[in-house]
Amino acid sequence: MTDLSALPPANACADIPVLRERGQREVFCGLTGIVWLHRKMQDAFFLVVGSRTCAHLIQSAAGVMIFAEPRFGTAILTDRDLAGMADANEELDRICVTLLERRPDIRALFLVGSCPSEVIKLDLAKAAERLNSRLLPRVRVLNYSGSGIETTFTQGEDNALKAMVPLLPATDDKQLLVVGCLADVVEDQFQRCFEALGIGPVHFFPARRASDLPPVGRNTLVLPAQPFNGETIRALVARGTTVLSAPYPFGVEGTTAWLAAAAREWDVAPGRFAAVTTPMIERARKGLERHRRHLAGKRLFMLPDSQLEIPLARFLHREMGMDPVEIGTPYLDRQMIAAELPLLPATATLSEGQHLERQLDRVRATAPDLVVCGLGLANPLEAEGFATKWSIELVFTPIHGYEQAGDLAEIFARPSERRARLRV
Amino acid sequence: MQLTLWTYEGPPHVGAMRIATSMRDVHYVLHAPQGDTYADLLFTMIERRDRRPPVTYTTFQARDLGGDTAGLVTRTIAEAYERHQPKALLVGESCTAELIQDQPGALALGMKLPVPVIPLDLPAYTKKENWGAAETFYQLTRTLLSDRIPAPGTIRPQRPAERRPRANLLGPTVLGFRCRDDVVEITSLLEQLGIDVHVVAPLGAAPDDIRRLPEADFNVDLYPEVARSTASWLQRSFGMPYTTTVPMGLGATRDFIAEVARLAGVDPAPVLGRERPGVARLDGSQSRMQWYARSVDSTYLTGKRVFIFGDATHAIAAARIATEEMGFTVVGLGTYSREFARDVREAAQRYGVDPLIADDYLEVEQAIAAATPELVLGTQMERHIAKRLGIACAVISVPIHVQDVPARYSPVYGFEGANVLFDTWVHPLVMGLEEHLLQMFRGDFEFGDDAPASHLSHAGKSAHPQNPTPEPAPAASEPGAPPWTPDGEKELRKIPFFVRGKARRNTETYARERGLREITVETLYDAKAHFGR
Repeated sequence: MTDLSALPPANACADIPVLRERGQREVFCGLTGIVWLHRKMQDAFFLVVGSRTCAHLIQSAAGVMIFAEPRFGTAILTDRDLAGMADANEELDRICVTLLERRPDIRALFLVGSCPSEVIKLDLAKAAERLNSRLLPRVRVLNYSGSGIETTFTQGEDNALKAMVPLLPATDDKQLLVVGCLADVVEDQFQRCFEALGIGPVHFFPARRASDLPPVGRNTLVLPAQPFNGETIRALVARGTTVLSAPYPFGVEGTTAWLAAAAREWDVAPGRFAAVTTPMIERARKGLERHRRHLAGKRLFMLPDSQLEIPLARFLHREMGMDPVEIGTPYLDRQMIAAELPLLPATATLSEGQHLERQLDRVRATAPDLVVCGLGLANPLEAEGFATKWSIELVFTPIHGYEQAGDLAEIFARPSERRARLRV
Repeated sequence: MQLTLWTYEGPPHVGAMRIATSMRDVHYVLHAPQGDTYADLLFTMIERRDRRPPVTYTTFQARDLGGDTAGLVTRTIAEAYERHQPKALLVGESCTAELIQDQPGALALGMKLPVPVIPLDLPAYTKKENWGAAETFYQLTRTLLSDRIPAPGTIRPQRPAERRPRANLLGPTVLGFRCRDDVVEITSLLEQLGIDVHVVAPLGAAPDDIRRLPEADFNVDLYPEVARSTASWLQRSFGMPYTTTVPMGLGATRDFIAEVARLAGVDPAPVLGRERPGVARLDGSQSRMQWYARSVDSTYLTGKRVFIFGDATHAIAAARIATEEMGFTVVGLGTYSREFARDVREAAQRYGVDPLIADDYLEVEQAIAAATPELVLGTQMERHIAKRLGIACAVISVPIHVQDVPARYSPVYGFEGANVLFDTWVHPLVMGLEEHLLQMFRGDFEFGDDAPASHLSHAGKSAHPQNPTPEPAPAASEPGAPPWTPDGEKELRKIPFFVRGKARRNTETYARERGLREITVETLYDAKAHFGR
């Protein structure tokens, strides 16, 4: 499919019933996004205002401590702050100023709210305002919430980006804005691809430096690259931009449809579109083909985690021949997946939210060939005989676009390939 | 408010999770928001547990806060009890739940469940993981034994002569340091003395086992961070003595045998009689460590500068081993365990160093850099510090990572533990020596960029275009130090890399203090003579 028309739907009404669950959630909170946000924006520091639990969570999610002084940290609330013996605001200012003195390379400081800071109603917006009056123009202080009582996993990125939207300069030029954190290598690939198609100017949000703010305005066309940035997209719409609805750029089909959505707006001739994409499509198909034998016909169960579940299930079903049994998602943002939902097979259960024990009962009852789940569950499920893939890899590994399509398939094929090799 | 980049310990409820996950038939209901389930992965990934921790989280959200979070707690407890059928239930809260004051422990007690319920009050804003583990173990033991405490003044009956003495092993947990194998090693050591291990707890124990603790004659406090408060309560309430020697290292193992034999009323001679401290022979000890330390190839270990940081138990034991059994020089000793700071201070005094009591990672890094050690014995945090500073390192304490939970039998306690420690501490130094040799010969043509690896010489071209041992980045010059002449700089580069940083600093200090305009070869050797070693 290299033409510019939309993909044909698999279920005409996009009306799969949704199983809504409430109970224990085995999902990270929004603070976790800091792990990839700080790598993307190399002049930003993320300061969580929270507890030892927050610090421990980010440390555990980040895995190893590669950095002596990482560009993230936690201002840990102590009983003195809670008992009001220390003015929490003064304490926070003191920490921020000390921190920025140590790190003169920092241009943007994100104050990140956590469960405890929200419960004690520590006003980080006010704190940011106060600090900005002292620190601007050298450092811009922003704030957002990554708390578990309000956000799930990838919503942290959404909140961080949304906090930046009011700062974006205005423009009336026609331009494309790609929204969502992408690995630099992927960003460059897309940039080259848009150039070849004659689409431009193209901006990416976030950029590689938090201080490089892309302009927006009424002639800006917004192309979401991640399905979890719904609030950011709505804030961009409020700034007059127009959102292009497309499947997400996962796999050959998704990437082609995603590029086509932009190409239509720039009136790219079908011949030119085909000339640019065909070589990449052929290369990507080759990359996918070798993994198909591990995946085709296999039954897939995705636990809710990163919000990528629906686009990835679409890719695994349509391009790799997998049979999704249940597709879990932490929350269903219909606006953000409007182009994805009709592409899901009507036979799959779509579940929103989580009641972990009941969901694991369904895993056992349906006996899928592959379970996509968080790190806390993978080994226990393997010990019950299930092949698993940890979902966190999907947010740390470049998986978007044609050149990564094979890598994306490989992530899901690896468990079964490994099982086929082992004789122990 | 305290700025933290990396933390040595998790919050106290993670300590409670370690106790629950170590045991059988115990379940823990934790009043906590979404996100706190991250702690599960510590167990399933770092320790490769094949089961989920027995923990149910209430997962409350912002929209619950105005409403009935207490109802959520009782519903969650009822469901968890129904599904998991534990024989004892721990109920507690994480940092955020502590603020909303639902008192889940009291709610649980009010539910009149047919099993013991242990409410946990673990202040998240003042305490940390190890304290949480110790407190949980203590509260659990107290609750389960509450109906068995003898009246005050009751004399503990003598052990019947025909029954072998019994000991409990207290303190091993999951996510502890090598607990799994230490238990095996100490059990076999006690067996050699004719002492039975009655209960191991928390690791592998069920609530019924906890109720059997007083049937033993004494307790072995293997890990004071976790078990000291419980051991001391069992002494106060049941008159059970407990050991105070941690059997890590050869000397400490021998002391431990003597202490255990005394508490058990048995003769240590069958084991200690075969130990001949100071004898340079392979049969001088059950542990090969004694002969290995005295073997001439170990001579190069003499006076190696070692910096030690970890939990108090492992740090103090490591300092003794380093000094008495390896012949190292301790140049730094510290702990993040504030609860045991006094013990570490006393130990530091014995080895003539300033104690470092800190949980600030950057402070530890600075102390290590300033001490210029040749070996760091620490936690995973110090491993990263040492890596960055280019210093050899071995991990001796939690916090750990997946590589610190080896598949092979690898205790650090007892005679075999002494062997393991010798190997794991010497190995990075040997690697260091190898690197030293590479540095010495790096000027030779075989080490040139274009030279192939010797075993690949037929390949003609280098398999590794990069120099295998790139020059470590030169340490930053002292502020205000005069410049080096080219000859001086060249001479400095001939000094082995692991002391080069110190040589540079000393020379620059020397030059600055004397107001020299430049640093020559002569200055370098003048400074060397001045500072000596």
